[in-house]
Order: sequence, then structure tokens, then C-alpha cells
Amino acid sequence: MRKASPSSGPTSRAYPANVTFNTLIRSNKRKSVVLMIGMGVFVVVVVTVMLMAGLVLLGSRGGGEVDPVQSLVVGATAAVVVAVLAALWSFYGGGNAILKMSGAVQIPREVDPQLHNVVEELAIAAGIPMPAIYIIDDTALNAFATGRDPDHAAVAITKGLRYQLSRDELAGVMAHELSHVRHFDIRFAMLMATMVGLVVFACDAFFQVARYQFWFGRGMSGRGSRSRDGGGQAQAILAIGLLVLALVLAAVAPMVVMLIRFAVSREREYLADAGAVELTRNPLGLISALEKLGACREPLEVANRATAHLYMVNPLKHVQKGKGHELNSAFSTHPPLTERIARLRALIE
Amino acid sequence: MGPMTIAALAFSGLFVLILLWMIALFNGIKRKEIECDQAWSDIDVQLKRRYDLIPNLVSTVKGYASHEKETLEQVISARAAAIDSTGIAAQGKAEGELSQALGRLMMLSESYPDLKANQNFLQLQEELTSTENKIGFSRQHYNGSAAQYNTAIQTFPGVIVASLMGFGDREYFEIEVPEQREAPKVEF
Repeated sequence: MRKASPSSGPTSRAYPANVTFNTLIRSNKRKSVVLMIGMGVFVVVVVTVMLMAGLVLLGSRGGGEVDPVQSLVVGATAAVVVAVLAALWSFYGGGNAILKMSGAVQIPREVDPQLHNVVEELAIAAGIPMPAIYIIDDTALNAFATGRDPDHAAVAITKGLRYQLSRDELAGVMAHELSHVRHFDIRFAMLMATMVGLVVFACDAFFQVARYQFWFGRGMSGRGSRSRDGGGQAQAILAIGLLVLALVLAAVAPMVVMLIRFAVSREREYLADAGAVELTRNPLGLISALEKLGACREPLEVANRATAHLYMVNPLKHVQKGKGHELNSAFSTHPPLTERIARLRALIE
Repeated sequence: MGPMTIAALAFSGLFVLILLWMIALFNGIKRKEIECDQAWSDIDVQLKRRYDLIPNLVSTVKGYASHEKETLEQVISARAAAIDSTGIAAQGKAEGELSQALGRLMMLSESYPDLKANQNFLQLQEELTSTENKIGFSRQHYNGSAAQYNTAIQTFPGVIVASLMGFGDREYFEIEVPEQREAPKVEF
């Protein structure tokens, strides 16, 4: 685990000297593409291995039983179709669903002109259209952004946070959220989640098949098939190798993709913080907002594991240790606040 | 097919490729130019919004601090000068003076508790703060777009298309305010 340190070490890595913000965004997008391709390849490999191993397992029963094979193929196809549909749904409707799920309501300009002004200013600074503004009736301190691209974006803030922040702090928080929008982090997170889901599903399906074969099919099938084709020893070794690989992958892959996803999520939080400072030109606002957020230990009831990564700070506080001692765990969606504040402080000369 | 025909085909193919490339370059530069125009009109909207806020603000302040005539008149004349100014550089200077005059007016309001408690004034203050921020941000955005456009038409290969099609440099919009809000210096 990395320890929070105010040194410029990690900071200078995240924001090399003399880069404009546009280069930073471009490199961010490039990294995203690389990660997505890597993740995609990994997902395809995992799914293929699971499918092949599943086929081998089912095929080993021999006796021309095609039905289980067919059903596996049909099952895999169905899984892919479901995954694609889920991705499409989350792509086009996910934003609204999340807003509805968290009980956010759109707030008219007359009710809170300052909030609208602040967001408008930042939208101008970011060069993106004005997002819809929502408020969550909750005393917990948090905020999030959603929407597949800047044209369909929304920002939401809890009442608790809204009325505890000064204008500058509010600008810092909203700038962080708009940076997520501007960096296409929401789209990215949704696609990542879909891929993670696909891998978990494939591995789980393989385990189911393996367990089924272990209990019902193994007894005679192994011996039977070996005796039937005498020259198939190499094939048998290949099949066993494939099975071992599949077992290892099935055990490890869900963890790996989840860890990648969390790592990416944390890196993007740092980048959104940097983006916020670039927009507001005032790190102090965001720093003092983060300090206020850190002082509050109230979890946000409407958030859950699926939506946690969207929020300003981890809304599921109960999974963390006591005040000021957050774990910089490989499993958290957000870096610890102390580390975020340290990196922001490093931006001030 | 004789060698002549092949050569002719190759040349016309090359010609078409170069033409397509030039078109792509032209479109790229044109897009950046449109971006500049849009960014400029964003600044314009905010500057006009500020002009519109001022009469209301002046009359509100007058109700509480009528003897601060000099400051109020400075704001009014600075506003008129800013509206009349033409050209990016001249306008930048005039807007800078208006910002300064407004800054003095807002400073002055600090010593009038009744004024500071006035709901209307508070609203105007928030609107003015926001508008000034928006001016700052849209200026940032415009200057960024102008820099990108200028780079595109001054570097190879854009410079060829730019000189052929007569694209000119964009002026940056600088608002000269000596006593600008002290924001911490940020290094990236």
C-alpha cells in the first residue's frame, strides 16, 4: 500500500511539468483506450478459455451428447447478448436510472441561483454545455456526476454538502464533477463495469459446469474417452492443460479485472481533482471542501456498491476505518482524502 | 495498358490524394476558426450581461450611499467607454477599467451594513461575481482556442493552406486589471 505523502513524487508522475491541460486530457484518453483494449483482450481470452474448457468438460462425457454443448454455446451467446444489451442500457439510460435511484431531483434556477451560477461558470471554463443540476435530500456530504457525454450530463449534490460549502468550495466540488464529465469517466466506468460483469459471469458459468461435471459426469467419462481413442494422449494432455488454465483463470480473472477497475477509478479521481483545479484556478477551494468531506463520517444511504465510484468521496463510509485513517486499499474506488489533499497541495507553489 | 496510362493514373491518383489531404487540412483549420468565433461570442454574451447588471447595481447602491458620487460615476462612464470601444485590444483595456471601477464600488459597499443586508444587492452581487467569473473563464476558453488556431495556421502543413486561403492570426483577449483577484499560482 502506498502511504500518503506530501512529496511531489506521485504528483509529478501524474502531471508532468509544462503540460497543458489539453495534453493531459489527451493522454488520459489515450491511456483509457489502451486500458480498454487491454481489458477487452483479457475479457475475450477469459471468455474463450472458459467456453473451450466448458466444451471439453461437457464433451468428455462422450457418447455423442451434443445437447450440453449446444446449450453451452447458446448460453454463451445469450450471455454476450445480455452483456451488450446491459452495456447499451447503461449507456443510454444508466444516467437517469442512477439519478432516480439516488432520489435526486432537478433543482430550478430560482431555488438556488448561486449553484446554477457556479456550474454555469465551470461549464464555460470547461467548454462543455451546461449540465442538468440535481439535488439529493440527504444530510450526508457528497456529490456525483453522470451522463454518457457532455451533452447528456448531470451533476448532483446532497443538500448537506450544498449548504456547508462556501462559494469557492462549491466551485471546487462542482469542477471535480464536471471534470469527470469532461474526461468521459462515466462512460468509461460503465464500460469497465460491463466487462467486469462479463468476466465474472463467464468464470462463474465455467465453475457451474465444472461442478456439474465433477458430480455427475466424471466417473466413467474420463476412462471411457481415453480408451476409445488410443492415440489421443496428446489431446488429453492438451485438454487437461486447458482445464487447469481455465480453473486458474476462473479463480483469478474476476479479481484481476476488478483490481484493474478500482485502480483506474482511483487514478481518475486524482485526474478529476487536477482537472478541477485547472478549471477553477484555485486549489484552496477544493482542498477545504475535501477537508470538510473528510470530517464527515455519515454514509450516504442512497448509494451502493454499483454507484460508489461515481461519487465525490466514497459514500460507503462504514467499510473504512475510523476518521482520518482510510485504507488506501486496492479495493477502494477512491484514493484516501489525505492523499488527494496532499496532491492538491503539491500544485500550489 | 501502356506505361503512359499507368503513369497518368498514378499521377491523377496522387493528385486526388493531395487534394483530399488539403481539404482535410482546410476543414481542420476552419473548425478551429469557428471555435474561436464561438468562444468570442461567449465572451460577448457575458460582457453584455455585465453592462446590463450595472444600471441596476448603481441605482441600488445609490439608495444607501448616494454621496459616493465619484465612484458611482466612474462605474457609469467606464461602462459607457467599454460599450463604445472597438477592436479586441481596446475593448480589453476598457473592460479592465470597468472591472476596476466595479471592484472599487464593491469594496465601498463593505462599509455600508444596510446595503450589505439588502436582498436585492446580495442578488446583484452574486450575479456580478458570477458574470465576472464567466468573463474570466470564457476569456480563458477564447484565448485557448485562439492559441490552437494560431498554432495550426503558423505550423507546417497548416501554413500552406492558411496562406493559400488567406487565414489570418487571431488576437488574444487580455483584460488589463492591475489589482486582479489574487489567486494562488498553480503549476502543472
